[in-house]
Amino acid sequence: MKSYPALFLSIAAIVGLSFVMPSLNDYVLGRIIYIGIMISLAVSLNLINGFTGQFSLGHAGFMAVGAYASAVITTFLNAQGYAMNGVTGAVAFLIALLFGGALAALAGLGVGIPSLRLRGDYLAIVTLGFNEIIRVIIQNVDFKIHGVDYIGGARGFSVLPLTTFTWVFIVAAVTIFCVENLVNSTYGRGFLAVRDDEVAAEAMGVDTTKFKVRAFVVGSFFAGVGGGLFAHSNFDITPLDFTFLTSIDIVVIVILGGMGSTVGVILAAIVLTTLSEVLRSVPEFRMIIYSLLLIVLMITRPQGLLGPATMERLLRRGKREKPLVTPVES
Amino acid sequence: MKTRYSLHIQNSMTTRLHPVLRCAAIFALLPLFITSCKTTGGPTNGIPVGEFASLTGGTATFGQSVHNGDVLAVKEINDAGGVLGKPIDLMTEDDQSKTEDAVASVQKLVNSDHVIAVLGEVASSRSMAGAPICENAHVPMITPASTNEDVTKKGDYIFRICFIDPFQGQTMARFAVNSLGKKRAAILTDVKQDYSVGLDDAFKNMFTFLGGVVVSEQSYSTGDKDFRAALTSIKGSNPEVIFVPGYYTEVSLIVRQARELGIDVPILGGDGWDSPELTKGAEQQFNNTYFSNHFSTEDPDTTVQLFIKKYQDTYHTVPDAMAALGYDAARILADAIKRAGTTDSTKLRAAIANTKNFPGVTGTITIDGQRNASKPIVIIKIVNGAYHLAQRFGPNGEPMSSFQP
Amino acid sequence: MLQQLINGISLGAIYALIALGYTMIYGVLRFINFAHGDVFMIGAYVGYFAATSWLARFFPIGTVESTVLVFFLAMAICAALGAIIEFLAYRPLRSRPKLTVLITAIGVSLFLEYSGQLVFSANPRGFPAIIMNRAVVHTKTLTIDTVEIVVILLSLVLMFLLRVIVMRTKIGTAMRAVSYNQQAASLMGINISKVITFTFLIGSALAGAGGVLYGTEYPSIEPLMGILPGLKAFVAAVLGGIGSIPGAALGGLIIGLVETFVSGTAASTYRDAIAFAILIAILVFKPSGLLGKREIEKV
Repeated sequence: MKSYPALFLSIAAIVGLSFVMPSLNDYVLGRIIYIGIMISLAVSLNLINGFTGQFSLGHAGFMAVGAYASAVITTFLNAQGYAMNGVTGAVAFLIALLFGGALAALAGLGVGIPSLRLRGDYLAIVTLGFNEIIRVIIQNVDFKIHGVDYIGGARGFSVLPLTTFTWVFIVAAVTIFCVENLVNSTYGRGFLAVRDDEVAAEAMGVDTTKFKVRAFVVGSFFAGVGGGLFAHSNFDITPLDFTFLTSIDIVVIVILGGMGSTVGVILAAIVLTTLSEVLRSVPEFRMIIYSLLLIVLMITRPQGLLGPATMERLLRRGKREKPLVTPVES
Repeated sequence: MKTRYSLHIQNSMTTRLHPVLRCAAIFALLPLFITSCKTTGGPTNGIPVGEFASLTGGTATFGQSVHNGDVLAVKEINDAGGVLGKPIDLMTEDDQSKTEDAVASVQKLVNSDHVIAVLGEVASSRSMAGAPICENAHVPMITPASTNEDVTKKGDYIFRICFIDPFQGQTMARFAVNSLGKKRAAILTDVKQDYSVGLDDAFKNMFTFLGGVVVSEQSYSTGDKDFRAALTSIKGSNPEVIFVPGYYTEVSLIVRQARELGIDVPILGGDGWDSPELTKGAEQQFNNTYFSNHFSTEDPDTTVQLFIKKYQDTYHTVPDAMAALGYDAARILADAIKRAGTTDSTKLRAAIANTKNFPGVTGTITIDGQRNASKPIVIIKIVNGAYHLAQRFGPNGEPMSSFQP
Repeated sequence: MLQQLINGISLGAIYALIALGYTMIYGVLRFINFAHGDVFMIGAYVGYFAATSWLARFFPIGTVESTVLVFFLAMAICAALGAIIEFLAYRPLRSRPKLTVLITAIGVSLFLEYSGQLVFSANPRGFPAIIMNRAVVHTKTLTIDTVEIVVILLSLVLMFLLRVIVMRTKIGTAMRAVSYNQQAASLMGINISKVITFTFLIGSALAGAGGVLYGTEYPSIEPLMGILPGLKAFVAAVLGGIGSIPGAALGGLIIGLVETFVSGTAASTYRDAIAFAILIAILVFKPSGLLGKREIEKV
């Protein structure tokens, strides 16, 4: 992290890409923005599922919290006549996103605590349950302030289109940066220890409870921010956009990317979204092909499209000294 | 190198790219990736018209019907020589019943396929997601069946050819009070559907305005199968009429279960009821039920009868209202292109806005100043599984025929 | 009140049938067979086609023969489907991490749902009345009809049969052994693959019967109908104590009753969340479920 030239280059890259991107066809740009959001979501879920070895099927629930919370703020500010463009707009949107993330993190804390006692399938089904509970609650909320609809229950909530490429890029980069640094820090070894062998970790004095809850809180914070971006790129959101099926979409990205490999997860997000676009020409078969591919991949390449080991080899050009253990929960 | 705490864990980022930079590199490659994968349909000499519909997923049944109607209309128009001397080239995108995918579909149609107009969606939330894209690109969009008021408020280029939720709810309230003479109503709403909630509100307001009392309000969710709990509670409040503004998937069970519980008062609903599957196996139970609809298959009008015949020849089933609306939407668009004499978006928009007394299958359609359709509504009475025209109301809620019990 | 009770029991009986399949498969393989709800959907469709196809000419709908035939076909085809799914999708993964199998199961589930939308079309179909529906008890406050009685009785019979198979037969003993300790069972000469196939056969046949019963009781079937009952049945299995057959029956009953009672109150809009709220509560306070045995984790 001490490489300033890299940091400088990165900033230059953001600025450069931000100028180039808007000139693209809106459809392509829209898909890139979507991929960027999926990257933030998948990388943050990877912290919970891949690095810490927990199995959450409720990421869309946290997304929903962030999406609705941030949309309430931007809609409110807009209704108050606050300028939602330029610098003031950017500040407002940033605050909205952070607020959404914070609220989602709070929800993550709520899910993380009961999760301490559970593992594997049970945890999966509990997080799925939380996901559905959050959705049903949102479905029942609908209020008006000065004639403006908020949340809108089943009707849906009209959201300002504020998400731009720059926002998505920055959020994706910050998510990757935080998750990678966290996991690769001395402190972050705890996450991996919980995943690799919870009992041994506990015996070595790792506070496994703390690490699990932390993974949930940090993961859901970024899910909330990603949800905020998702909401503001969709014009309209309904609770049905955040069912557990959406969570499964994100889980699939994480698993295909090779659990615990950030680069793999990013690639999987790109490949899966692109695949879905390619399959547009055969709408009836889109999901059938997708599901078959999922089954076949799980049978032939359970370590993901590019498992962590492969990724590592690619990046280090064969300098690896120890084979990486694929995440296994017992 | 940092100290290793665990043997088999990859360590340190020293040899890797800065994550932000890595991210940048990936994003820079993305456009290539996507553009290269884009399916290029090859240039056609037809007029490209886009359609987005839920061909798969939770509301696939509506998407498929509208799509059938659209395809039938386009085929008919093309067989008759097309418009402006060219055939219409219908480009269909499936949105999998997802909002996010609806956005992607419309973006693709507008920006990649360069369609001159867009037809779609049934679900209001997805129409609302697609509308801003069409509005910004100045591509006229006609939704065949989104009944939420707010859809056409999204902009000057957004039109609809169906009536709006309040109109349907109000008409049913008028029908209940004025035609059936009922004063005590119970309502059973599908809370998962914006459509159902919208009808519920409108019905409630009009019903109380006309001097009625809503004695019980219950709810359910799409996908529920057991409504006896809610119905038992409704039964206890002794209503004279029950309003169930849901979709036929659930209504077919609700009415059955209501009758099984001994509730024999009239049950009313909206266009969501319309389907040949509604009464299957429960023809008797559906006696004494009424719903508002876009058209009646009993309508002797030749346009309607011809449509029904053609539809049956092509798809071997009786068309539902969604199919009829899809058919009308495509025909109104073709008519507007003809009148505009060009596919220029401003002129096409003006032509659609000027649609007056278009003889549609779903009634005579005039597009009003709010880009909504001003058209009549029919009330269907179900007798032994057959749909009979009970009464017709005009665009302003005035009865156009007397009630035939 | 009494009416809600009856309604709840008949709904619970169907949940229990699906939950049994979950519990058995979980007991033997230790993974959530996400596709179970979709096997249930296929069962309903098989029932639909069996009752309305050319077979109906020989066995008119409503006769006892037709009903037996419909149930038999649905159960047989679902059993075969379950075994095929296990053979093609799950068997190659037997030694893999459970997560991999879970994702595969989700893949199978999506495959069945979307193939269903393609093959059967997304339009819901009215399920034929394969059981003559007549009110048996009909008072001002209470109506019980033949369908409800058949649903409850048939569920009871099937559960009883299952209990006999599991507790009294050789293969049932083998199933229990595999569920108790797979390695030890294998050392004792039990053919694990055979037992697993058998478990899938039985579990899926129950789901098939559940599908037909569901179609009879709520006569509108569509390709996505399996998702919610599937999830709720899983919750029921966990609630009762996963791996326990009486537990699954009890869990199904509780979920059915609670849902029915909530539906009649002001909180009805939160109905879908109730099952999950119960699930979370039970897992937090008694993770082994109501009738489950507490498992001591071997380190």
